[in-house]
Amino acid sequence: MQTVSRSTPLSRAAMTVLLLIVVLMAAAPYWAGRAELRLLGEVFLYLSLATLWNLLAGYAGLVSVGQQAFVGLGGYGFFAATMLWGLSPLAALPIVFVLGAVISAPVAVLIFRLRGAYFAIGTWVVAEVFRLSFAQVAALGGGSGSSLPSAIVKQLAEGRDQREAVAYWLALGVAVAVVGAVFLLLRSRQGVALTAIRDNELAAKSLGIDIWRTKFTVYVATAALTSLVGALIFLQKLRISPDAAFSANDWTAFVIFIVVIGGIGTVEGPIIGTLVFFALRETLADLGTTYLIALGAVAIIIMLRAPKGLWGLVRGKRGLELFPLSRRVMGQGD
Amino acid sequence: MTTILELSGVQKAFGAVVVADDQSWTLKQGEALGVLGPNGAGKTSMFNLVTGTLPLDSGTIRLDGQDITGWSAARRCRAGIARSFQVPQPFGGMTIYENAYVAATQGAGLSGAEAERTCLTVLKQTGLMKKANVMAGGLPLLDRKRLELARAMCAKPRVLLLDEIAGGLTESECHSLIETIKGLRETGISIVWIEHVVHALLAVVDRLIVIDFGKKIAEGDPRTIMDSREVKEIFLGIEADA
Repeated sequence: MQTVSRSTPLSRAAMTVLLLIVVLMAAAPYWAGRAELRLLGEVFLYLSLATLWNLLAGYAGLVSVGQQAFVGLGGYGFFAATMLWGLSPLAALPIVFVLGAVISAPVAVLIFRLRGAYFAIGTWVVAEVFRLSFAQVAALGGGSGSSLPSAIVKQLAEGRDQREAVAYWLALGVAVAVVGAVFLLLRSRQGVALTAIRDNELAAKSLGIDIWRTKFTVYVATAALTSLVGALIFLQKLRISPDAAFSANDWTAFVIFIVVIGGIGTVEGPIIGTLVFFALRETLADLGTTYLIALGAVAIIIMLRAPKGLWGLVRGKRGLELFPLSRRVMGQGD
Repeated sequence: MTTILELSGVQKAFGAVVVADDQSWTLKQGEALGVLGPNGAGKTSMFNLVTGTLPLDSGTIRLDGQDITGWSAARRCRAGIARSFQVPQPFGGMTIYENAYVAATQGAGLSGAEAERTCLTVLKQTGLMKKANVMAGGLPLLDRKRLELARAMCAKPRVLLLDEIAGGLTESECHSLIETIKGLRETGISIVWIEHVVHALLAVVDRLIVIDFGKKIAEGDPRTIMDSREVKEIFLGIEADA
């Protein structure tokens, strides 16, 4: 009699290790210095962005180069909610999440009319429109931006160490939530549909999958979560300007680098990519612009040698996986 | 017998190339209809029109009396039309079992446990059980073709469209394919089957239609059609297969 298994010894071990790492990371404010804590916070925020872009491009086939639109929207939404509407930072976060979803829905309807490269360019144009629009808002500092008043920052916690710890826990929390949500989504029936779309759209729609609706849902959910990450990024930075908030380099180019070298279309890829990215950045950042050349060289070499990314290389034909997504038939011989 | 699928006046052209020229035919509940025609006659295009991956220029398609002409491909599948692709379209990054699971959950709308049972049964029937955990992207052509049939079956269709699934099979494989399809018929599924392997087709179907240049040129009892002069002229080159 055949049965279907949803995990392997490797994936069970990997999940246990992952859980231990999360616990260790949650305790970081007690064992790490201020600089390490900031770095780890940044790692988690990039991990979140990469995981979200991977869902968007790697699974739903929506190759957006304009996700900075939602990072910036989230950042500005957070500053507006706290500075202009008087909300506390923690109350502003769910507002930013909803704002991202509400704004992204009509954007999706508009840009989904575009295909392939035109879609990618369309997303970039949308991000530029957002940047230019926020530069017009005088109440948020116009083109030069503004800083988060210390009275608002102090609502998070009184002392500086506690504040940094809270900001760090928020970053860790959002990373765990994003990776966990993407994992659970891909493991579900909706995830099966999404994976089918990743592999073959023609076959997917012929087997009853509503492609437009699936992509729309992914786009809106991704935008909402990207906005939330954006809010946390600028909570950590405490200062926002249109150029920083809508930076294509910081919030899209680096994120694509992470996903592509890690392995697009896998849950493990963005995690590995984030680790590689930060390892390179921390060792090469002192080199100035040479650092970017090195980053580009790494990207080119990996794309040539391992088109499916580093995880694709490890995963191989046997379909190794740390996050148990597959459905394996056991007892085939019976 | 009631009519399950009905095409009337279906027209489709790509510029000057007419792939469906005023096509009208019906499929009865539980019937197996064979489709013959030379390469490029518009047989696969006709399937694309029925499944909704290709929009019609004019005409109507009815499923169970309901006009489905404006429906999306996904909606038509969920309503009970499934197909196999002549050029296999596997989900390359998923295993054979997972490919089947997509059809069972999305096409047939089955719940987890039920979908699991359906997939395992169909994989056994189609001889794919041993390779259930193999990634579909790396399969040889014959297994890809088997997977096309398995996946369409997992969608639990009322109308099953088969596009050249017998080509390249050995004698015994072909025999087991015929048995599988006969078995499907007993469950009440209506079938439209495009096939060049004429003896396989004749072993199963109740009726034949012949298409050339997008036009239905003959229709009727398989023996009568195969013996007609018009069909012999078209099939002179491939009659040796029969």
